[in-house]
Amino acid sequence: MSDTPLKRTALYDAHVALGARMVPFAGYEMPVQYKDGVLSEHRWTRDHAGLFDVSHMGQARLRGVAPMAAFEEVTPGDFIGLKPGKLRYSLLLNHKGGIIDDLMGGRPDDDGLYLVVNAGCKDRDFKLIENELAGQVQIERLNDHALLALQGPEAVAVLAARVPAARDLGFMETARLSAFGTDVIVSRSGYTGEDGFEISLPNAIAAEVWALLLGDERVRPIGLGARDSLRLEAGLPLYGHDADETVSPIEAGLTFAVSKRRRDAGDYPGYSRIKRELDGDLSRVRVGLRVLEGAPAREGAEITDASGAVVGKVTSGGFSPTLSTAIAMGFVPPALALVGTPLSVIVRGKSQPVQVVAMPFVPHRYFRKS
Amino acid sequence: MLFTKDHEWIKVDGDVATVGITAYAAEQLGDVVFVEVPDLGKVLAVGDSLAVVESVKAASDVYAPVSGEVIEANEALAGAPETVNDQPEGAGWFARVRLADKAQYEGLMDRAAYEAFLGTL
Repeated sequence: MSDTPLKRTALYDAHVALGARMVPFAGYEMPVQYKDGVLSEHRWTRDHAGLFDVSHMGQARLRGVAPMAAFEEVTPGDFIGLKPGKLRYSLLLNHKGGIIDDLMGGRPDDDGLYLVVNAGCKDRDFKLIENELAGQVQIERLNDHALLALQGPEAVAVLAARVPAARDLGFMETARLSAFGTDVIVSRSGYTGEDGFEISLPNAIAAEVWALLLGDERVRPIGLGARDSLRLEAGLPLYGHDADETVSPIEAGLTFAVSKRRRDAGDYPGYSRIKRELDGDLSRVRVGLRVLEGAPAREGAEITDASGAVVGKVTSGGFSPTLSTAIAMGFVPPALALVGTPLSVIVRGKSQPVQVVAMPFVPHRYFRKS
Repeated sequence: MLFTKDHEWIKVDGDVATVGITAYAAEQLGDVVFVEVPDLGKVLAVGDSLAVVESVKAASDVYAPVSGEVIEANEALAGAPETVNDQPEGAGWFARVRLADKAQYEGLMDRAAYEAFLGTL
């Protein structure tokens, strides 16, 4: 354990006042749940609108003469082709094609590239980008900015009542907007599978905007516990669990993050491995598992085939409030990855039947412009 | 009812102890979504895992506060795990154990002592 004191977001006092249970997470003291509890918070987000403090995540601006072209040196995404107003999911890759982190890069305005990376990786990520792209880009970390996520079917009505232009965004679009008396970056994106927004705003007004949004009866605060169960149902990988430096985008089921243009050009880190895997030489792939009987299969549980041989491991798993059953993600050989394949998981020494199912476990409900 | 520092309770009737977790423990766990109760006939020593309670986030062991043989398990929890949250010190019990040694539970706390202990946490 590190003795480094835990950091707090600008909303720490607001969480405590709401009765949150605060836990250490990625170096921060964060709310794992509020008074309603994980199940209720999860369901509220699926039915109404949930407000999350995700200010622990790493926000930055990447600037330079040609920041988009430069950023392509460390990612497999088409950033040169990223149009103004668009947001792209991408990956930082090492030279073996392993995933250093997953991230969002967007162009809310003409001020370079806006980045959001995982909290636990942010110091390393930004240092890596600075080192790898030295002389080409400058990184400004937005440490004075909070990040709120407003997620769920009622999120758009709630936000548009205060920021009308939010309604004009489609899924994976982003804009710098004048709102709450200042400039904020609003992106139509999230980590729940629901329609919703992520709002980057100065720390100085974070508590005020948080309270304003919570003042709407359609909105409740949601902790990291439900954030995890929501993203699990949505089939979205959690870095450090479902992806790490040994896992490639193809293995992780993130082939879409290797943009077509880059795939053809082969000019990204780890190309030789990724090309080989794209051509079919793949040893494992991330699948969704539905637990047919027994306890939730958690991270680390072994996955076995019909003969009892260990064929993989669960990388994240838990109980799905929407499906009222246990679900999990894990890695298995491609031959066992077909939907419907019967497998087993070993939980506390007992073998339990599971089935490979398609992800997302719960359908996404993103707002896509036609 | 007697209590442990791990927040289990027992209720002794003759040589049989019913075992559960306290309201405090249930509140700390959060929403219980799965309970694994012990097999009948399982012989437990003090500190053995008697049951496993799972919330959305995590699995937690419930330790045997007494030693003895499991003579009944609360199978109703399989279909209604939320009973552990709703009635932790009643219908949310996990198992009944035939005590191997009646003397051993004398070291457990009564409610006043347990509540005093909670006050120190």
